[in-house]
Amino acid sequence: MNAILEMRGITKTFPGVKALDDVNITVQAGEIHALVGENGAGKSTLMKVLSGVYPHGSYSGSIVYEGEERRFKGIADSEALGIIIIHQELALVPLLSIAENIFLGNEQAKYGVIDWSLAFSRTKELLKVVGLNESPETLVTNLGVGKQQLVEIAKALSKKVKLLILDEPTASLNEKDSDALLNLLLQFKAQGISSILISHKLNEISKVADAITVLRDGGTVETLDCRAEAVSEDRIIRGMVGRTMEDRYPKREPKIGEIIFEVENWSAYHPIHTHVQVVKNVNLNIRRGEIVGVAGLMGAGRTEFAMSLFGRSFGQNISGRVMLHGRQIDVSTVEKAVSNRIAYATEDRKTYGLVLAEDVRKNVTLANLEGVSKRFVIDDIQELAVANDYRAKMRIRSPSVFQETVNLSGGNQQKVVLSKWLFSDPEILILDEPTRGIDVGAKYEIYTIINRLADAGKGVLMISSEMPELLGMCDRIYVMNEGSLIAEFSIAEASQEKIMHAIVKSGRR
Amino acid sequence: MDTRTADELNVSQPKTSWMEFIKAHFRDYGMLLSLLVIMLFFQVVTNGTLLRPLNLTNLVLQNSYIVIMALGMLLVIVAGHIDLSVGSIVGFVGGLAAIMMVRWGFDPVTTTIACLIVGGLIGAAQGYWVAYFKVPSFIVTLAGMLVFKGLTLALLGGMSVGPFPVVFQRLSSGFIPDVFGGEGFNYTALFLGTASVAAIIYFSFRSRANQLKHAVETAPFGLFLFKNGLLAVLVIAFCYLMATYRGLPNVLVIMAVLIALYAFVTNRTTIGRRVYALGGNEKAAKLSGIKTERLTFLTFVNMGVLAGLAGLIFAARLNTATPKAGLGFELDVIAAVFIGGASATGGVGKVTGAVIGAFVMGVMNNGMSILGIGIDYQQVIKGLVLLAAVSLDVYNRKK
Repeated sequence: MNAILEMRGITKTFPGVKALDDVNITVQAGEIHALVGENGAGKSTLMKVLSGVYPHGSYSGSIVYEGEERRFKGIADSEALGIIIIHQELALVPLLSIAENIFLGNEQAKYGVIDWSLAFSRTKELLKVVGLNESPETLVTNLGVGKQQLVEIAKALSKKVKLLILDEPTASLNEKDSDALLNLLLQFKAQGISSILISHKLNEISKVADAITVLRDGGTVETLDCRAEAVSEDRIIRGMVGRTMEDRYPKREPKIGEIIFEVENWSAYHPIHTHVQVVKNVNLNIRRGEIVGVAGLMGAGRTEFAMSLFGRSFGQNISGRVMLHGRQIDVSTVEKAVSNRIAYATEDRKTYGLVLAEDVRKNVTLANLEGVSKRFVIDDIQELAVANDYRAKMRIRSPSVFQETVNLSGGNQQKVVLSKWLFSDPEILILDEPTRGIDVGAKYEIYTIINRLADAGKGVLMISSEMPELLGMCDRIYVMNEGSLIAEFSIAEASQEKIMHAIVKSGRR
Repeated sequence: MDTRTADELNVSQPKTSWMEFIKAHFRDYGMLLSLLVIMLFFQVVTNGTLLRPLNLTNLVLQNSYIVIMALGMLLVIVAGHIDLSVGSIVGFVGGLAAIMMVRWGFDPVTTTIACLIVGGLIGAAQGYWVAYFKVPSFIVTLAGMLVFKGLTLALLGGMSVGPFPVVFQRLSSGFIPDVFGGEGFNYTALFLGTASVAAIIYFSFRSRANQLKHAVETAPFGLFLFKNGLLAVLVIAFCYLMATYRGLPNVLVIMAVLIALYAFVTNRTTIGRRVYALGGNEKAAKLSGIKTERLTFLTFVNMGVLAGLAGLIFAARLNTATPKAGLGFELDVIAAVFIGGASATGGVGKVTGAVIGAFVMGVMNNGMSILGIGIDYQQVIKGLVLLAAVSLDVYNRKK
């Protein structure tokens, strides 16, 4: 076996920080090589060095690719040699078609005139390879995230990829789409294309990886060979965090009381396709001190349900009743929902959760400015005390509360979002994918915070696409599919198989 | 009781050196520094004409309406919008005031109140489309610009209307009378200047003490003293110069009160904070329970009222309403806000910045006019300064 890529002794410093310190990684030809590590371990920096985003000379160490030392001056250099990187935040132009996106910057053109029939026919071939059944003329904006991911991969294939780098490709995919993607990687492997897979989802890594390189604090910890014997998730985690993680979910003795929150016959229609019912007659309840999960595939209508409930932030023609302590409450605007002590922490922190240009302090108090002001005037000292208090309680890692939230890591941003909602003093917290894109250590902290909320007698509704997380955290799990709640399990009877089974069965009907 | 020390809370103790602090807050001081440099430059090349009491008074009178509109424009721009119609509103409201007083015989007070209300209604009419119909503000206010330019012409019948009652003229050309009855020297001006310096120093000491008590990062004490001392010297020197001429113009007092009010609103009130959140991330603001539509609407109403006030001041200054009044003002106002460091994408900008930006433009206009540079090259230079100031700001932010 020969190596397609060897990165030797890579060291990269930014002013004041050593982001990479003598990192070594060897990728064999035709293998799937997983790169794991907590957020900030240096995975993305390493891949930027490889792809030429940080040009030769800005780092020390050497890159040997296909047997020759390479000195990339920019992405164009590495792409020319078949190294293609697909970033976590997809780089597609929403209002252009699939074909236009695939050949963007690489148009099928002669003397600047595009040969559309060639572009379309090549697009069709590529889409067939990645298993995407869409017309090349479909606009990317009309595709779901999973399909967009496939378009990105088709785009990579169009460039004659030899080494495909995927940064968290399944972070926003449901299990079905994730599986399809992983199978695609295996298929590529059979064709001799090597891949580097960066992921937090260790179960996926165990499934497909041939080798795993673990990074911690900018250094290589170890490379694990999965061909010889299977590597357990616990083993990987031990390498990532430098300690054994006894339990991925903190223990909690649930003290569950009476029903405090009920939703009756909740329905909502799509804001544009007005005849499509996105949420169908949902009935659910939450008890005091209970963590209730909502499982389901991506697109099952869970976020749509939560947002339509929270001040009609999604959808139209919304109907149904919401009861708190047996009394009907008005949740028709976000302001009313908040004052009726409902909070909703979004799945998309950057778009819906934070004002990124503002500091931790201003974000924490945003949903409850009245709590730090008298008659419209903000008491800045009190505000600061509140922010410092949450920063300490939630362990938000930032130099101070005056740090702009754009500079925080995903886990810390999530803690700021949670702080904001805790400061609004809710009784019911709806948490939508609370640990998406967050590393293992920070996840544990978020879980601890959620448990503390339940222990304080609040009701928590937790939407998550990661079933182990729901099984590890919740007291009861609802399963949603195509806008309806199709099953309900107590934690004692719930299992991944049963949930999947329920989804598959309801889909068949 | 909270027994954690400041260290455990990880709040940095005020031990930063001067240079470090200035570096960290360069954006806050950079603009002020440029203004001082520009003033110094023109003071030298005009052989001291710039800071003569007469010219200083002119400088204030010429720029008051730009500064006043910049306060409203700052909020509009921070909220993520733009208002191109303010110049036309100035002309329209000035014309309306003229017709009301000269043709219909209303008294100045009724006229002023009515005109401010009309300004607010114009703002509301435009804000409605922007906030509730989501029509881009650029287009709504471009339409408004044309509409009110046309209505001004129609209202005045293409003629100049004036002159105004003396009471109304005082709005712009009046001075605070001297209660101490000084001969050739206006003691009231000096007294008001000293009093406001005392107030500023009192409040900044109180807020500093409060910050220290709660272990907030503060400027080094030396720098703090220097800053306040410099401010005191500048304000008192300015008032002294004004006192040797005719005292403080009425419009200066109006302007100063408005600047203080808007600085307070943007820094310390919930509505101000929400405007920044709205401009920074509208979706997040909305999901945090902020009524984003109403807030957008109100920033335009506010802009309309201030543009109305500017229209009155401008008309009073010329003592006549002309169809050409207000032409191109929107450009000076918008330039002032951007020179002052506001972000074109919203969410960022300061009242002090916008005021300094307005004076940068004002001093350059005034200085170049004294030098006899023609209106042609004045515009070229102003355009280049706008570009330079904003690119410098973009560059600084990238670092």
